[in-house]
Amino acid sequence: MIATLIENARIVDPEAGSVTEGHVLIEKGVITEITAESGEGLRARAAPENRIDANGKVLAPGIVDIGVKVCEPGERHKESYKTAGAAAAAGGVTTMVTRPDTDPAVDTPEALEFIRRRAREVAPVRVLPMAALTKGRAGEEMTEIGFLLDAGAVAFTDCDRPVRDTKVLGRAMTYAKALGALIIGHPQEPGLSAGAAATSGKFASLRGLPAVSPMAERMGLDRDIAMVEMTGARYHADQITAMRALPALERAKNNGFDVTAGTSIHHLTLNELDVSDYRTFFKVKPPLRAEEDRQAVIEAVRSGLIDVISSMHTPQDEESKRLPFEEAASGAVGLETLLPVLLRLYHSGDLDLPTLFRALSLNPSKRLGLESGRMAKGAPADLVLLDPDKPFILDRFKLLSKSKNTPFDNARLQGRVLATFVGGKAVYRA
Amino acid sequence: MRFDQRHLLGIEPLRPDEITTLLDLADRYATLNRSRQKRSGILSGLTQINMFFENSTRTQASFELAGKRLGADVMSMAMEASSLKKGETLIDTALTLNAMHPDLLVVRHPNSGAVDLLAQKVNCAVLNAGDGRHEHPTQALLDALTIRRAKGRLHRLTVAICGDIAHSRVARSNLLLLHKMENRVRLIGPPTLMPAGIGEFGVEVYHDMAEGLRDADVVMMLRLQKERMDGGFIPSEREYFHRYGLDAEKLAFAKSDAIVMHPGPMNRGVEIDGTIADDINRSVIQEQVEMGVAVRMAALDLLARNLRARPNEVMA
Repeated sequence: MIATLIENARIVDPEAGSVTEGHVLIEKGVITEITAESGEGLRARAAPENRIDANGKVLAPGIVDIGVKVCEPGERHKESYKTAGAAAAAGGVTTMVTRPDTDPAVDTPEALEFIRRRAREVAPVRVLPMAALTKGRAGEEMTEIGFLLDAGAVAFTDCDRPVRDTKVLGRAMTYAKALGALIIGHPQEPGLSAGAAATSGKFASLRGLPAVSPMAERMGLDRDIAMVEMTGARYHADQITAMRALPALERAKNNGFDVTAGTSIHHLTLNELDVSDYRTFFKVKPPLRAEEDRQAVIEAVRSGLIDVISSMHTPQDEESKRLPFEEAASGAVGLETLLPVLLRLYHSGDLDLPTLFRALSLNPSKRLGLESGRMAKGAPADLVLLDPDKPFILDRFKLLSKSKNTPFDNARLQGRVLATFVGGKAVYRA
Repeated sequence: MRFDQRHLLGIEPLRPDEITTLLDLADRYATLNRSRQKRSGILSGLTQINMFFENSTRTQASFELAGKRLGADVMSMAMEASSLKKGETLIDTALTLNAMHPDLLVVRHPNSGAVDLLAQKVNCAVLNAGDGRHEHPTQALLDALTIRRAKGRLHRLTVAICGDIAHSRVARSNLLLLHKMENRVRLIGPPTLMPAGIGEFGVEVYHDMAEGLRDADVVMMLRLQKERMDGGFIPSEREYFHRYGLDAEKLAFAKSDAIVMHPGPMNRGVEIDGTIADDINRSVIQEQVEMGVAVRMAALDLLARNLRARPNEVMA
């Protein structure tokens, strides 16, 4: 029996909201002991070469990242399961929940099977695929939700293309509800947001960029919540980024609807002014918001109103970004930078470690019905060991993703992953 | 006298004293342009390429003439028809031209920020001849020169900019310039044609011509782009002319010696009444065109001087 002992760690328990010093024993891929007492009895259970001295560094449940784009099938030159998996492992992400907005879209059980096979063959971390809600993400006919669930789809989403036709959405939600499937929406009023590259306001006007009001997000969310009320579906909003959308989310939760929400690392740590002189690596969807929105979103993560933080990992090659801002592709890679960048909010005193890992690991696991995300006996040993204080300057060409489109190139960051464990096995060692 | 810019990408990066430097020089070129012998050899031996990714007659002609009067070798390219159709990217086009060692590159592009992007990739001086809805610096400079010559100063004036502000790079550049030179700027137009966040620009916003034009020294009309009609920004051309078109009745609210400006091309009967446009006592529209050549000569001249100050980098 292979056992691993991680000694002398600061252990983050997001359920208890605590950070305590102690030791964690892993047997058969599962956490079997968490204790503050270091006895020879405990040490004897792991062979000397399988004892890791954490030296007071932080041990936390591994990240479950909802909304990762891996560009297979279709655009493997941007990202493959191999490179995305390596980047995830290096970033402390133990489960990638992948998006279906590939080319073609993941909208059949056969496509889903392809992804699961590719992931099994080459990805060192767990991969849980999401499937499209409508065929071809065209918003016209629902996909084979039942077959896709059987094939292993953990959620259904058309990603950044909200289903315009409320009748189609209503039917899909009603059908999904009967099967207990989770629907992930992108709250955005598509008429208002068409063609937008920035958030409307003084900055976008000065730069002459086509812009969308943050109100479009609230309108999209209002609509989706009304549809949830109508159908009783389980719903998660992929990214809430605007202050004005938060009261609607709060009302929905207070009314007892089965609604949760996420936000992205970019909207927590950047604002619209970072676009500066048309820097296309800062073009994301929805566009970066005003500083007051960023502050409101941080507060919502702290209070628990926003449940989940995602990297929204979206690889783009250099050619897609070396274009005028309006024409450049949206999105940024984030698997590897999610944790170090998010630690900015820890160092600034905005969010403590249990709150961070509640949004990174515990809540996404709970939402998807997974055993992971917890620091508890019997939970899978999906863990990340990190040094939250180690400073470094990010060099985008050193990222393991095939695409290097990060807005954090040359950023001064503090915090590095030392090791990542999936099912007790070290998949990354710094 | 100082002008420290490597490129002329917009009004935003310019200091007030740099604007004054450029206008002073342009004044001298305006005199040269009125003389029989119009040629100067100051850009002799330099190559100027005009790349227009968007249709233009007057701006392109003005830049071409400006370069030729200063003795540069000028080549104009209509980019719409050429390599972009073959799928070449903007940056590749720029690098291709850059390899031919131009000294001055004049660029117009339909996307905001495209000229900034291009300027990062080439090692000659780049002049923005209009990018999307962002900036059109030489237009603002020629407007400033026209105002200064007509009014004797370029500060403490009340300037009303009227019409489609939201989609206008001319309005943005003018707004920035007039602010830097300490003038009072009013924007007049229907709310659908005002940019978002306009309240934070430090300007007065009016939706009524009679109120907005009251005691104005300068009335600057903007062209109503026909394509905006399709977007449903205004109900109809005739309602627009009725409410926002400049005619004698509305002009009477401005100061009695107020001048009327228009960047051209005009839509007579849409944003401006033909008789106002042709009134030589009020309209300075022809003078604007004349100053356009002078301002562009001054801009080319100043940027070329800065090129020579940095020979190694440029010739590398």
